[in-house]
Amino acid sequence: MSEYVVSMENISKSFPGVKALDGVQLHLRAGEVMALLGENGAGKSTLMKILSGVYTRDSGTMEIFGHNIEGDLNTKQAQELGVAIIHQELNMCQHLTVANNMFLGRELVKGGRLDNQEMNRQAVEQLSRLGITDLDPETIVGTLPVGRQQMVEIAKALLINAKVLIMDEPSSSLSNKEITAMFNIVNKLKKDGIAIVYISHRLQELHHIVDSVTIMRDGHYITEGKFTDFTMDQIIANMVGREITNQFPRDTVPRGKKILEVRNLNAGRMVRDVSFDVYEGEVLGFSGLVGAGRTETMRVLFGADPAESGEIILDGKSLVIKDPGTAIRDGIVLAPEDRKKEGLCTKLSIRDNIALPNLDLICDATGTIRKKVEDEMIERGKSSLTIKMAGPEIQAGSLSGGNQQKIVVAKWLARNSRVVIFDEPTRGIDVAAKVEIYQIINDLKKRGIGVIIVSSEMPEVMGISDRIVVMCNGKVTGEVDPRHTTEEEIMTYATQFGDNAA
Amino acid sequence: MPATKSKPEAAVKQQSGLQKFMAIPGMASVITAFAGVVILMVIFAMMNRNFMGKNNLMSLSRSIVPYLLVGIGQGIVCITGNIDLSIGSVLGMSAMISATLICNGVNPIVAVIVDLVACLAVGVVNGILVGKFKLPPFIGTLGTMTICRGLAELANGNYNTGDIGSAPLAQGLRNLFYYGRVGVVYSGVIVALIIWFVFNYIMSYTRMGRHIYAIGSNVDAARLSGVDVFKTTTAAYLISAFCSCVAGLVVMAAAGMGSMQAGMSYEMYGVAAAVIGGISTLGGSGLLVGVIAGASVWAILQNGLNMASVPVAMRNIIIGIIVVACVLLDIMRRSGIKIGGKKKA
Repeated sequence: MSEYVVSMENISKSFPGVKALDGVQLHLRAGEVMALLGENGAGKSTLMKILSGVYTRDSGTMEIFGHNIEGDLNTKQAQELGVAIIHQELNMCQHLTVANNMFLGRELVKGGRLDNQEMNRQAVEQLSRLGITDLDPETIVGTLPVGRQQMVEIAKALLINAKVLIMDEPSSSLSNKEITAMFNIVNKLKKDGIAIVYISHRLQELHHIVDSVTIMRDGHYITEGKFTDFTMDQIIANMVGREITNQFPRDTVPRGKKILEVRNLNAGRMVRDVSFDVYEGEVLGFSGLVGAGRTETMRVLFGADPAESGEIILDGKSLVIKDPGTAIRDGIVLAPEDRKKEGLCTKLSIRDNIALPNLDLICDATGTIRKKVEDEMIERGKSSLTIKMAGPEIQAGSLSGGNQQKIVVAKWLARNSRVVIFDEPTRGIDVAAKVEIYQIINDLKKRGIGVIIVSSEMPEVMGISDRIVVMCNGKVTGEVDPRHTTEEEIMTYATQFGDNAA
Repeated sequence: MPATKSKPEAAVKQQSGLQKFMAIPGMASVITAFAGVVILMVIFAMMNRNFMGKNNLMSLSRSIVPYLLVGIGQGIVCITGNIDLSIGSVLGMSAMISATLICNGVNPIVAVIVDLVACLAVGVVNGILVGKFKLPPFIGTLGTMTICRGLAELANGNYNTGDIGSAPLAQGLRNLFYYGRVGVVYSGVIVALIIWFVFNYIMSYTRMGRHIYAIGSNVDAARLSGVDVFKTTTAAYLISAFCSCVAGLVVMAAAGMGSMQAGMSYEMYGVAAAVIGGISTLGGSGLLVGVIAGASVWAILQNGLNMASVPVAMRNIIIGIIVVACVLLDIMRRSGIKIGGKKKA
C-alpha cells in the first residue's frame, strides 16, 4: 500500500461540449487536510464527484486504500470504501430528527419496527465523538442553524465509517463562530487519522486547518505541495495565472450619459448597501465568487425580489420597481442565471417563449395576439441570433443549451430596453454560441443600451466589460478597469470578507 | 443529463400540414382521446343497437354538457398547475341560489345575475388564497369547497327548493339551458359549445391564455418575464367558477328546482374530463379541445353502461378502471416509461 489513502492519476472527464477535466492528479494522505483550490469552473467539484462515485471518469486510474478501482465506481461502492462527501447544499430531510437523518437509509430495526432507542443512542455517541454533547438526537433538523446541521451531516458521514471526507465549501454559509466550531471538529477528525479534502474560496481561513494544497485551473492539474511552502500570492497566481487572449471581442464605444444609478440598495444578507452606475455605451461587469451577492443584487434591481431600501434611478427618474413586470415596462430586463429554472418555459414552444414578455407589444387593445406581429418578432429574433431550429413551434426544452440561451436573450432583444442584465450568459454553452452572445452584448452597447453582465468566468468578465464591479459577501468591495487590472487584483477584492475568519 | 421528453431537434424538419398539426404540443393526446370516444361508441353500439339511435344520441349529447363545463374550468386551472376542488360545491351553490331566488319571486334574469356574482366571488377568493397567499391549491380550494356546500345548504334554509314554476322567464331559463332545441341539437349543448369556443379562443389566441400556460409551465420564468402570477391565477379560478355556475344553472334547469346535493363530486368529473382529454395536472400543457373528448368519454360510459343494464355499482367500478387505464396509457405513450421500470436518479 502506498503512502496515500487516495491517489488519482491522469483523470479526464468530458461533458457534451466541454472538457471538464484533463489529466488531473490528486494525492491524499491519512490524517491530513488537503485544500483543493481553483477558480469557479476549475473542475474541483467534478473531480470530487468522480472520487465519490457521482460521476464516472472517462480515463485515468484511481486507487482508494490500496484498492485499484477498475471500471466505474458508484456512490454505494465509494461509501463502502469509506469515501463520504458533504455537499455545499446540505442534503437533509428538514422535517426529520437528527437521529432519523443520520440513519436515513440504514435504519436499525428490531422485531420489525424501528429501534429508535438504539439509533438515538448511537447518534449521541457519534456526535460526542465530534465534541458535540449538547444536541438532542430527537431535535428536528430544520429547526437547527445551518452550522449545526452541517455537524449532523459530518456525524452522518462518520457513521458509515468514512475515512475520506470531502467537504465542498463547507464554510460558505456559516457564521464566523460556526466556522471556528467546524475547524475544531476538522482538527479532531484529522487526529483520528481521517483524510479530508477541503474545498473553499476563503483563502484566508486555510491556515487554521490545511496541511497540503492541490491547485487546479481550467480542468488541469497545476501544482501540489505542502501548504507552508506556498505564499498566498503564489496560490492566487497559480489559481488564476493564465494569459488573457483576445477571444473576447470588445468594441470600444465612447461612453455616453449615465443611464442607471443604483444607490445604497439593501435586501437581505446578500445585498448590503450596493451602489453603482451604468453609462450608455458601456458594459458593466460584475465579478466575485459564487455566492457574493451579484445574482441577488440583479434580482432586486429587476424586481424579482423585494428591496429593503435604496434607490434606483433610470434616466434621471427615480423608479419604484415592485415586480419584474414594472421593471420590464420601465426598461430594465434580466436574462437569468438558470435557464431551465428561471429563463424558459421548457414545455412551451419557442414562439411562446419569445413572445411571453412582449405580449404587451404583440397584442391589440382587446388582448388578442396579432399573429402577424408575433411572426415578425419571432423571425427577427431567429435571424439576429441564428437560432438553429426546425420551426418556432418546437418545445424550447428540446433545444441544446446554447440555443436555449439564445431564446432567453431573444426574448429581451425584441423590445427597446434601456438596461439589459445578463446573469452568467455563457454558462454551459459551447464556444461558438458564446461568441455570438458576446456579439449581441457588443451590439446592444453600440445601440446605446446599458449592459450589465454577471460572470464568474474571470477571462470573460475581463474581456467583455468596460468596467468591473467586484462583490464579496453582499458588498461592493472594489471597482476596476479591466484594461489596467490583473486577475490577482480582482481575486483580492473578491475574497475581501472583511472578517478574516477569526 | 435530464432527458427531454420531446422529439429531438433533427426529427422535426420540413413538415407537411398534417405533421405540423400533429406536432402541436398536446395534439397527440387529443387524438388519442377522440379515438377513445369512437372506440367506446363502437363497443356500445355493438352491445345495444338502440345506443346509436337518434333519441339516445340526443340525450347523450345533452348529458355531456355539465361534464364539459366543469372540464373546461378544471382543465384551465390544471394548465396553471393548480387544482380547483370547489367546482362541485359552486355548482350546487349556483343551482340553489338561482332556484331559491326564482321561487321567491325574483325575476329569473336578476336571479341569474346575482348567482353569477356569487359564484365569481368564489373564484376571486380561490385566486387570492392560491395566487396571493400561496396556499397549496388542494387546501385552499378544499376550504372554499366546504364553505360553498354550506352556502348551498343555507340558501333555502337547509331545504331543497320547490319547482321554479313555468312563468315565461322561468320556462325560458329551462329551455335555454336544457329543454330547448334547434333541430336535433339541444340548446344546452349550444350554450356549452359557445362557452368552450370563447375559452378555447382565450387560451389559444390571447395574452391571458399565454400567461395561463406560462405559469403552469414554469412559474419562476413566467414571473421573470413580467407575468403577473396572482392576476393570472385568479383569472383561471374565475373561469372555473364561471363554468361551474353555468353548469349549476344547467342542472337546475334540468330538474326545475335546486337540490342541495347538486354537483357532488363534479370537481373530480372535471379532473377526469380534463385529464382524459390530455391536460396534464402538472400544468403547462394540454389543449382545451381534448376536454370535449374527455367529457364525452365520461358521459358515454355512463350512458352506454346504463343501456347495457350494468348495475350502478359495477358501472362505477368499470368507469374508474377505464379512466385510470386511459390516463396510464397516455402517460406511457408520452414518456416512454415502461411500467415497473426503475427511475434513474
